[in-house]
Parts: sequence; C-alpha cells; structure tokens
Amino acid sequence: MQQMLSRKASFNFHGEDSPYFLGWKEYEKNSYHEVHNPSGIIQMGLAENQLSIDLLESWLAKNASVTHFKEDRGGSSLPLSSSLFRELALFQDYHGLPAFKKELAELMEEIRGSKVRFDPNKLVLTAGATAANETLMFCLAEPGEAFLIPTPYYPGFDRDVKWRTEVELVSIHCSSLNHFRLTKHALEEAYQRAQKQKLKVKGVLITNPSNPLGTTMSKDELNHLLDFVISKKIHIVSDEIYSGTVFDSPSFISITQALLNHKKVHAGNDISKRIHIVYSLSKDLGLPGFRVGMIYSENEAIISAATKMSSFGLVSSQTQFLLSNILSEKNFRKLYMKENQKRLKKRHEMMVSGLENAGISCLKSNAGLFCWVDMRHLLRSNTFEAEMELWEKIIFEVKLNISPGSSCHCTEPGWFRICFANMSTETLNVALQRIKTFAVGICEDRINYQQALCSSKKSSFNKWLLHPLSLWRNHQDHESKYR
Amino acid sequence: MVLINSSLKEQVQLLSKIATNDGHSENSPYFEAWKAYDSDPYHSITNPQGVIQMGLAENQLSFDVIKDWIVHNQSASICTSEGVDKFTDIAIYQDYHGLPKFRNATARFMEKVRGDKVTFDPDRIVMSGGATGAHEMMAFCLADPGDAFLVPTPYYPGFDRDLKWRTGVQLVPVICESYNNFRITRTALETAYQQAGSSKTKVKGLLITNPSNPLGTILDRATLEDLVSFINEKSIHLVCDEIYAGTVFKMPEFISIAEIIEEDIKCNRDLVHIVYSLSKDMGFPGFRIGIVYSYNDNVVNCARKMSSFGLVSTQTQHLIAAMLSDEIFVEKFIMENRERLGSRHEMFTQGLAQVGIGNLNGNGGLFLWMDLRKLLKQPTFEAEMELWKSVINNVKLSISPGSSFHCSEPGWFRVCLANMDDETTKVALQRIKKFALQTLGALEVKPKKLSCQRSLKLSLSFQTRDGIMMSPHMSPHSPSSTIA
Repeated sequence: MQQMLSRKASFNFHGEDSPYFLGWKEYEKNSYHEVHNPSGIIQMGLAENQLSIDLLESWLAKNASVTHFKEDRGGSSLPLSSSLFRELALFQDYHGLPAFKKELAELMEEIRGSKVRFDPNKLVLTAGATAANETLMFCLAEPGEAFLIPTPYYPGFDRDVKWRTEVELVSIHCSSLNHFRLTKHALEEAYQRAQKQKLKVKGVLITNPSNPLGTTMSKDELNHLLDFVISKKIHIVSDEIYSGTVFDSPSFISITQALLNHKKVHAGNDISKRIHIVYSLSKDLGLPGFRVGMIYSENEAIISAATKMSSFGLVSSQTQFLLSNILSEKNFRKLYMKENQKRLKKRHEMMVSGLENAGISCLKSNAGLFCWVDMRHLLRSNTFEAEMELWEKIIFEVKLNISPGSSCHCTEPGWFRICFANMSTETLNVALQRIKTFAVGICEDRINYQQALCSSKKSSFNKWLLHPLSLWRNHQDHESKYR
Repeated sequence: MVLINSSLKEQVQLLSKIATNDGHSENSPYFEAWKAYDSDPYHSITNPQGVIQMGLAENQLSFDVIKDWIVHNQSASICTSEGVDKFTDIAIYQDYHGLPKFRNATARFMEKVRGDKVTFDPDRIVMSGGATGAHEMMAFCLADPGDAFLVPTPYYPGFDRDLKWRTGVQLVPVICESYNNFRITRTALETAYQQAGSSKTKVKGLLITNPSNPLGTILDRATLEDLVSFINEKSIHLVCDEIYAGTVFKMPEFISIAEIIEEDIKCNRDLVHIVYSLSKDMGFPGFRIGIVYSYNDNVVNCARKMSSFGLVSTQTQHLIAAMLSDEIFVEKFIMENRERLGSRHEMFTQGLAQVGIGNLNGNGGLFLWMDLRKLLKQPTFEAEMELWKSVINNVKLSISPGSSFHCSEPGWFRVCLANMDDETTKVALQRIKKFALQTLGALEVKPKKLSCQRSLKLSLSFQTRDGIMMSPHMSPHSPSSTIA
C-alpha cells in the first residue's frame, strides 16, 4: 500500500520523527498537572505565549456586544444582526477583510516603533505562519532549488519549507564562539557548499528574532545579509513572528528598517522587491488556535500569486472579524504589547537565574518565548549521541520536555531550547527545581567518580594522574560553572 | 524597449514557474463572470439594472434557521459574555487532530445528512482549508508530479487549480455526454484510462463529485458500484467530493460512497476517500471548514500532518461543534434546507420551461444545468462564448458557460439559484425569459413546451475528441474544430 501513495506521503519528509516532535508525544502520554499528575512531564518544548492572554480575554468580556455578530448602536446592543452573521459566513474573498488587514498593518508598524510603513494591500492572509512560509517557497523556488538558512533553526521549517515544495534547505553554520551570529564568511561558505551540490540558491530564510536563540539580529548581521543577497541577486524571507516578544535591548531591527538604512540601496536596485516578511498572531498575541498568518511583500507579482494560493488556507472570516475588533483600539494594542513584553522579561529573568542556580548558563537573549541553554558541561562526551542520551534522561527521568539542539540543526552538541512562557510561575518553579536537582546530581556524580578514579590511581605512583591540588582545582572549575 | 523586456524577464525568473504561470486558472470564463458582477452588482433598490450573480454556488436560503440557533446558544461563541470564559482554552489549542467535540459533531452531521445509513469514525476526520485545501491535500498524498487523476466532465473549474497547480498532477477528462444525461459510462472511463496510458501518464485515481457540480444530479447505485469495481480493477484511488450531499432536495435519495463501501466487502477500502465541507450544505464558505475522510490509515496520518497548512480556526471549530451536536437543530436544518432548495429549484425550472428552456433533470446542488443549445447561432464553442457574453452584457446575468466546466458539448450553462432572495430570482427569471424569446425569435425557432426529461443524441463531428482530451485548459475556443 505504501507505493499506492505519493512519495511525499510515504517518507518522513514531514519531519515529525524528529526529537522535537517525539518529545511532545511523550508529554502527551504523561502530562504534568500540579494536582492530578504532579510527577508528570512538564512541557517546555512548546513555544507558546500564555502570559498575557488574560488581557485579551478581559477586553473581549467587556466588549462582547460588539464582537458577537451584533451591531452596537449607541451603547445598547441589539439582538443578533443576521446580516452581519450572513456576511461573515459568506465572506470568502481571499483579499481578506479590509478592516482586519488595516489593523494588522498598524500593529506591525507599532511593533517596529513606527519606523517603517506597511500597506494593507501588500499583506496576504494565510492559515498561520506555517502556510505563509510554504506559500512563499512555492512562489520563489522550483523543486530542487535551495534556500540558505542559519543554524540553529526552527525544526518546523523542514516540513514547511521542504516537504510539499521539494525545495532544499542548506545550513549556514553559526557557532557558539561568536554567539551564533551570522557572519559574511558563513554565508559565503554555505553558498559555495550549495553550488558544489549543484543546488541553485534562490534566497536566504532568516527568523528574526531567532527561534531557537531568542536573540535579535544586529545591524551588522543585517547589513552582511543585505550585501550578500544584493550581490547574489537572491531573495530574503524574514520570519518576524517573534517581533512583538522583544523584551529587552537591543531593540528589534526589522529587515525593512535595515534596508532603509543600508548604504548600497539606491534607485536602480530592486532588492526591495526581493524582501518578504512572514508574520503571525500565534506568538505575540498567543493565539495559535486561530491560524492567523501573513505574508508582506513589495513585490506585486508575489502578492498576486500568494493571494491566489491563500485559497488553500484562508483565515476564517469570523476570526478575522473578531480580531479586527480586538486590534481596533490603538490604546489597547499598545497596552497589551507593553504589558506582554514586561511579563516576558520577568519570566525570562526567572528562567535565567533559576538555571544559573543549577550551574547552567544560557545564550544572552532579549526576545522569544524560550532560552537557548548551554548544557555542554553535562554531556558525557562532546557528541550528538551524548546529547540524545542527555535529552532522553531529561524527558524520562527529570520529566521535562525540552528540545535538543540537534533537532534545530545546531552544529554543536549540548545546546537545548527550553520554553518558559507556556506555563504558570508555579510550574516553572517546579521545572527549575527539577533541573537543579538533576544538574547538581550529575556534577556530584562526576566529582565522586573523579575522586574514586584519583584514589585508585594513588596506589600506583606511575599511574597517578591527579595531584590533590589539581583535584581541588577541578573541583573549583565545576564550582565556577554554577555561577 | 530591450531594457524593459530584460528587466521583466529578470522579474519573472526571480519567481517560480508556479507563481508566474496560469495554473491558478483564474483566466477561465468561470471567474471572468464573477468580475462582471463585481463591477456592476445588482441591488433591488440602488442598482436594479445591475448584473445578477448566478455564477456563485452559495447557499443563502437557510440563514434564519441558523441565526435562530445562535441567538439561543450564546455560549457557543467565545465572543459573548456567556462564552468568553472558553476564550483562552480555544485560542491556545493548535492540535492538528482538531477539537474532539468538533470531529465528533462533524462525523455525526455527515451521518445525518446521509440519512443515518452509514457511520463515520471521528478519528478518520482530518481538517483542511475548505474543500479547496482538501483536494490539494489529496493530490499531494496520492499522486506524484506528472501522475494523473481521471475526472468526469463537466467538472467544477476550481479542480484545475486545486488538483494541478502546485502539485504538478494532471487531470484527464472522462467524457460524459448529454445523450445519456451525462452519465459516467464504463466505456468513457476505459477510454480515458487508455489514453492516459498511451501518453505514458500514470493514473493514480478517479475524482468524482456526487452530487455533481455542475450537473446537479446524483449517481445511482449501479454507477457507484461500477466505479468501485473500476478502481479496484485498476488499483487506483477513488476520491469522492460529497460537498453537496446535504442539498439533495427530492427523490431519488442520495447514495454516498460510504454506503457502497459498507455494503461491499470486496472493495479495497484503502482506495476510498471522501472530501467534504460545510460551505454548501450549511452556507458557511467564509468559515473554511474542509474535511478529508479516508478509509486508509496511512492517508489519514499523512493528511493530518499536511493539515497544518490549513487547519480550521478553533473559534470556528468550537462554534460548529456546539451547533452540530444539537441533533434537534440539525434535523430541523437539514429538512428546512432541502425544502427551500426544492422550492427554489421548482420555481426556476418551471419559469424556464414556460419559454421552452430545459435543463438536465437534477435533484441536488445549488444550481441548474441549463440547456441553451437552441439559442446558439451554431453548435460551436465560439457561439457559446458569444451567447455567454450577450447574457452577461445585455441580460445582465452572471452565469457560467459549460466550456469552463470542460463540457464536451457547447450550449450548456450552469445557473446558480440559491444565493439570492425570491424577488431577485423572479427578476432573473424575467430577464432570461425575455432574452430567450427574443433570441429564439431572431433564430426563427418556435418555442415549445418540453418535458424536463430530455434525451438527445448529439453529434460530435464538429469537434474531435482528441482536441478536447489534449487540452487540459479548456479554452473557450475549440482547439481543433474541423466542422462548424
């Protein structure tokens, strides 16, 4: 029967056999609940923002008369407006509800400090960022062509960008040595590697702020990227889905802003037609269930093609209507974004200090719903096998679902993405306690092991490797990692 | 000039072929007619001379029944004070299995629409971005680029986009003809299958729409059984689009492929898949509720993963789950909907018969398959296009020419009748009658009362079958007509 299906159906191109998704499945079998299942697995592999949804819910509760298919005329809500319900039920225009797109464009401007303008007519609505990324690939590349992508990257891209489109992804290797920043050298190296594999490169896909790093791209990185794509005459797809989660400096620089400030941009250069932004309300507003994604581009041909393709995954008209109401109040929008960022910052601080207590450090980050955590010192060896071993221990013994760096295509073992915005403070405390117990336990085991090793070698002078002073020094090294 | 051309060429090269070709099929007259309406829409008061939209298969007849339910079930919406406490749970839920209550309620509704003669397993229900998304998903799951699906003509023009555009899959028409009321014959199926084979095209499946769009007819038991044995013999898939299942308004009763499958133990169930949606039966195209139901576990698994590209908004899942779980409402709605569709259909067919215009005898769908062959100047597709343009521009009715449905015979038109109120229907009928009389008069043909059941033998000598078969994008102009 397998050969009765397409190649796409028959193999695991969907990428769901990756540990990223396997961890979720384990969590589903044994989910933590503070009352019903306190020793269950805590979900820390899901980048969801549950910190500020109460703000949306309470706005809705106060304004229900406006949003539920009723027309509020002068303060008194009338019975259900059948014409409004009917209009929404019938509305399947792939251009989307104009009022909704207007609000989205304004929201995107505000997130970027009003430094750039967005034209609602250049926005295409899609069923989540998942569909937006796939649609852009269908528009920009032929099967077998490639996009370059900095590592580590969101595992879902293997499905969204590659599966049905048959587009290839070629990694741009980023290293912990310079905090995983994008370099000119890495871009060029990736391009050459693609050429050697006879892959035609059509563009670069970036996520800014980064998932899984939680960092925003610097001006230099963006300039390197722009130089690169201008010289190669290729596209940039900038997934800015976390743009509203920037809670600390440096402030977010969108690709559009970077372009405005770029020295090489001049009238004859059509680079602006090769830059496309993906956005969604799943992370900033914490509404993944509503499937609201979008593509923004100055390229009319892209807008035209993507709009037609959006027929395969339009946003439900009642959801467009609901959200256009919620987002219509500018003051509320600003209040929400500010409060959201404040709560994210606080949660992030809690996470970072909790990990520090466990002797674990993170990449310094200022955005996103997760930390990029350095557990290299907890690996048995500097290998991906050791990383998988550690990950399995963390799932099955520590009962935390976190995402191993290898599932994000990180080139160095030992890094993990741990989410912090999808649970209560109490649950996060429980999780941090478990991590601490585990990490301290490993280090104590190591110290005991080395002590045992030391004393067995002491008996033979020729095999004596560790001076007591060195042992003390080793112990000090372990101690310093905990700070 | 050279500079402009090369820059345009560069632009085109920057994009993929899919983005720049006509695979979206929007250049078809089917969509052109919509544009005519958009630029001059009829309104009984503000624009009584405008174009009446009869090219859009929407069901607007039973909204009041739904509205009544919503008023009495405020908690079904997360936007009311009664329902807002569910907002957070609903908004954060993104599991591609869908809300269990949504799947349960949809499965139950599908059973009810089929007269409780079949059972559907909620775990086999997969969401999609409308039936549009469902069809594309099926093509991706079942076929590789270059493979083909057989499709009986005439068929819904959207299939050219949904099944072919981004998937690279081909459609091979199975020619159905008016002489036997456009039935799908074994001969036609075999011919199509052989022709695909002779051009080295691998056939992966057969796609049927039952009830048919644009015919408005249902498949009888014998045809369904024959289709099942055909696909089993050839080991190909059968995709049944049953999007109009709830619009069958009079006898004979609708027979779903599910019924045949449940009765036939010899059929390989792994080959059978149903596409459904609430866009037509309930009139909710804006809510994007598409369903794939497959009897094949591997297809369910694959489709479920692919559904990430077009999940149904949880806000909508929540509302629909509540609505369709109300069995009293569902029964009332199904009955009321059928009655109203039946009345509207009768109003129209009788009106047309008064001026001697017939239609294919149908009992489902939101449209009529109208026979305007005797209004053609010649039995050609050019004449059909001329007539169509005249109907749009002079009669101010946006109807869909048969050629846009890949019909092999000129002169047939699909006319939608459920997307307007009674008054507008009367206005539309008046306009058609007037036009028909004028045109018939001009052609010097006396109108005569025809029975609704027509059976005509039609000669295809003016058009070669090869010409039809080899042209996947059925242009309004016959590709190789030899005799006018």
